[in-house]
Amino acid sequence: MTAGLVPDPMLPTPYRIQRVRQETDDTFTLELLPEDSSHRFSFEPGQFNMLYVFGVGEVPISISSDPDDVPLLKHTTRVVGTVTKAMRQLKRGDTIGIRGPYGTHWPVQEAVGRDVVIAAGGIGLAPLRPALYRLMAERERYHKIVLLYGTRTPEDMLYRHELEQWRGKFDLEIQVTVDRAASSWRGNVGVVTTMIPRAPFDPSNTLAMICGPEVMMRFTVMELVKRGVAAERIYLSGERNMKCGIGFCGHCQFGPTFVCKDGPVFAYSHIAPILGKSEV
Amino acid sequence: MIHTLEPILRDHPFFQGMEDRHIQLIAGCSMNVRFNAGDVIFHEGDPADQFYLVREGLVSVQFVIPNRGLTTITTYGNGEVLGWSWLFPPYRWHFDARAQQPTHALAFDGKCLRGKCDEDHDLGYEIYKRFMQIVTERLESTRLLLLDMYGNIR
Repeated sequence: MTAGLVPDPMLPTPYRIQRVRQETDDTFTLELLPEDSSHRFSFEPGQFNMLYVFGVGEVPISISSDPDDVPLLKHTTRVVGTVTKAMRQLKRGDTIGIRGPYGTHWPVQEAVGRDVVIAAGGIGLAPLRPALYRLMAERERYHKIVLLYGTRTPEDMLYRHELEQWRGKFDLEIQVTVDRAASSWRGNVGVVTTMIPRAPFDPSNTLAMICGPEVMMRFTVMELVKRGVAAERIYLSGERNMKCGIGFCGHCQFGPTFVCKDGPVFAYSHIAPILGKSEV
Repeated sequence: MIHTLEPILRDHPFFQGMEDRHIQLIAGCSMNVRFNAGDVIFHEGDPADQFYLVREGLVSVQFVIPNRGLTTITTYGNGEVLGWSWLFPPYRWHFDARAQQPTHALAFDGKCLRGKCDEDHDLGYEIYKRFMQIVTERLESTRLLLLDMYGNIR
């Protein structure tokens, strides 16, 4: 094999920013196309890319676009550090480097013939959106699909317009709750876990996908198990600091696993013993 | 023909496992109520003589914060319990409750139930056990809210 034919996994591909969409006060979405139109790219829901802001640094960001609408890529990002702050300054027409896709994906195929519960907290909806696209594209293959979504305030809701469209167009149960709200908010107030006991799904035939802050995921798992969902059919997306994205550097080690390579989507049953341990 | 609420109570998860004689006692203190969207169910400081099981609809628990106005701190929907101040002195509501949507509920006369619990400690144990479960769940939820899980770490 000629070395030149093997793509260097550490070499980013240049992508041109098509649009920067402000989602909330501190969250934005980049819409990207490869500068080289012949560049091939495909991904599965739940995978992530390493995004490189040239001269600043690289960060792992989940892909939040439709896996059946490539090569267009969307990455929803919250401004939390130096790289994402610089990323927020980028404009339409600017170039950004992409490496990926990396990591494991949501078990959308395993959910065929079952009820599907998607529990998202805050920006955790972004890595779940590709799974929702896939579920909606093959809606007839699944029984009930329930999205339980918790955010800090109504203003922090992601993809509000799209969720409303989906609710109207597909048979999709969407329940949203916020941590706090003014009296003008007509929806639920409370943590996302409080919606689980009464959400309309059959726990004996449910597959659950969870993404959000780790505390939220732990308590969501507890409620799902209490409701009767089998632990082996609960999946969650982990997050740790990543550098290489391909399991070489060890920055994202999580017990015996690397989040970048063995995750970010894990079966709960695989990581239950180490989830929530402060030493890990 | 007299319709009682016993079958509804018997089927409700909150009363699951309760003996028939206790269900009968509780049914004697209960009635169906409905609220229109915007109706105030109770006010902070008023005597807490009732509690509610929401059958259908959504109720907001609110209070006024100076300079922020009326703020919703939690909501209760289908199948959930509203109100436990009737169980503990001084039997006054600590918050306002308002129907966010047209709401059907079962209302329970707290004074009547307290009297029955005093007379029948087995009933009292069953009631308090169920409310303690709710108090525990709500304390846990409140702790999660206090973590401000979705807040940005800067």
